[in-house]
Amino acid sequence: MSVLVNKNSKIIVQGFTGTEGTFHATQMIEYGTNVVGGVTPGKGGSKHLDRPVFNTVQQAVESTGADVSIIFVPPAFAADAIMESAEAGIKVIVCITEGIPTRDMITAKEYIKGRNCRLIGPNCPGVITAGEAKVGIMPGFVFKKGKIGIVSKSGTLTYEAADQVVKAGLGITTAIGIGGDPIIGTSTKEAVELLMNDPETEGIVMIGEIGGTMEADAAYWIKQNGTKPVVGFIAGKTAPAGRTMGHAGAIVGGADDTADAKMKILRECGIHVVESPAVIGKTMAAALKKVTA
Amino acid sequence: MNIHEYQGKQILKKFGIATGEGIVAETPESAVEAAKKLQEQTGTKIWVVKAQVHAGGRGKAGGVKVAKTLDEVKEKAKAILGMNLVSRQTGPQGKVVHKVLIANDVYYPGESKPQEFYMSVLLDRKKGHNTIVYSQEGGMDIEEVAEKTPEKIFKEEVDPKVGLQGFQCRKIAFNLGLDGQAFKEMTKFIASLYKAYEQTDSSMFEINPVLKTSDNKIIAVDAKVSLDNNGLFRHPDYVEMRDVLEEDATEVEAGKFGLNYVKLDGNVGCMVNGAGLAMATMDIIKLSGGDPANFLDVGGTANAERVENAFRIILKDPNVKAILVNIFGGIVRCDRVAQGIVDAYKNIGNIKVPIIVRLQGTNAIEAKKLIADSGLKVFSAVELQEAADLVKKVLS
Repeated sequence: MSVLVNKNSKIIVQGFTGTEGTFHATQMIEYGTNVVGGVTPGKGGSKHLDRPVFNTVQQAVESTGADVSIIFVPPAFAADAIMESAEAGIKVIVCITEGIPTRDMITAKEYIKGRNCRLIGPNCPGVITAGEAKVGIMPGFVFKKGKIGIVSKSGTLTYEAADQVVKAGLGITTAIGIGGDPIIGTSTKEAVELLMNDPETEGIVMIGEIGGTMEADAAYWIKQNGTKPVVGFIAGKTAPAGRTMGHAGAIVGGADDTADAKMKILRECGIHVVESPAVIGKTMAAALKKVTA
Repeated sequence: MNIHEYQGKQILKKFGIATGEGIVAETPESAVEAAKKLQEQTGTKIWVVKAQVHAGGRGKAGGVKVAKTLDEVKEKAKAILGMNLVSRQTGPQGKVVHKVLIANDVYYPGESKPQEFYMSVLLDRKKGHNTIVYSQEGGMDIEEVAEKTPEKIFKEEVDPKVGLQGFQCRKIAFNLGLDGQAFKEMTKFIASLYKAYEQTDSSMFEINPVLKTSDNKIIAVDAKVSLDNNGLFRHPDYVEMRDVLEEDATEVEAGKFGLNYVKLDGNVGCMVNGAGLAMATMDIIKLSGGDPANFLDVGGTANAERVENAFRIILKDPNVKAILVNIFGGIVRCDRVAQGIVDAYKNIGNIKVPIIVRLQGTNAIEAKKLIADSGLKVFSAVELQEAADLVKKVLS
């Protein structure tokens, strides 16, 4: 078991023949990911990276049985690509693209509602199930197989957390990069819920940042339903109010979405909150020990 | 991207929304010319001189003045132009005023009393829907209204499947206590406002106040508009509305190099790849006894040129006493970044502040060796905790 993607996932790449698509698809294949083909409108019928190229997601699904898609389409066309995937019956849609207009994402999110699929991202590093499938742009070698799940809004901070968890001797089940945009497909709470229900995952690292209420929502859910230790970190304690810190969603608007306010809620909900991002791995190891002791 | 009131009003007008008339001026003399022209156009005998800065709370801060003669226009424009306007939204350092808007008087007496309302359109992130926020308490600091009398603020959610509906516009207009002609005008105003918000790819429209005039017209007296940066490619004409004078000069320069930089007040500079890790690095600096001097994301391609530009930007800040470079190399190879640092160090020359370099990930060991062999006075670390300890050491 693992969540979202595994060695049996059949993955297609949207924007397959572009620079980004080509580079990352190559890396994914090297990791051992089961990439079964790709989509580039107008290039259907050709081969790329030894795999078939299709004109539409529909055709790709029909001839390969693909159930997972990763999107490297430019921002102006990315929301369209998400909807195309959903319509074609893809179950897990991972959108890497950064810079999609919010208006487009409102439409795309509404479109996929009620359809049997899950969107991860956009503006995210993707999803990786260690040792099985890398559906993203993360450095695969950091993610060694183990028992900890990671949920995070940020890319490199996810790699940092994974590296620490691996070095603490715990390893990773699945790491989910949910993305830093104002509108994303899967919330912190939903990602935590997936990992909480995964029998292989024994502990969860939840990494958030200033802005929004997603971490607090997840924390309240964990308080009610949590069965595994959760370590939490909120980046941006030192970020000033009213300034956007890189991610469009990372902006302190009111008193509730500062790092301090969020950390307080997390603590009250029984999450092991770390003030320093340098001790995520250590804290997870200690929290697990407590459970087994 | 934020734009000025007068630019926001230009957009509103395109969508058929009444805003009152106004002309922008950059000197007291041209303010007088603007006032004369406005008198010819509208017959107004009273003018409002309004500071054009990207921040709310201008009235309280002395940035909005009424003038009853042309001499007064000159005098008030002179006082406002060049002033450092400090409001709740500018922060304590304030903002220098470079432009004023000369507007006609819309509070003229008539058959009924003028009435002010508050209205904004923005994204409810939690629901992923656009929302219209409105209140009868117009012309006031809305944050204060929300704090003290939250029951006076109403919200109307827009279903993205069908868009804003007529009954919703009517509901809002009724809740604002309007009837007759003013009610009709308000429903049209709301529909146009929402259309403008959506079609311009805006992330916020705030009209405070929306005015019901004494002759029952509905007018946007102010316009605070924020455009979604990601949607700007669809609106090349709005890109030109950017006013770099409203932004920090160093941040603008950093942007040209593809660096995402935000200036802060601390003493330890930092250079990081990725926004989340950059914020986490700022937090580490604080925990190590320093204060972050900036946020700086060098992005996914931390090559030698970017690294050098980033150093130059950070070093412009005289408060910087140390620099922490924190790169987690995934696709980016650490040894290449290390080479960039060595080159930048040599090219810039005479760097007096200590630099702590933490390179982790792909080829981290090679990177550490490369820096050690270069003979530079750079503190090298691999683990994040090591880097934190080095910051502490350097500062003490």
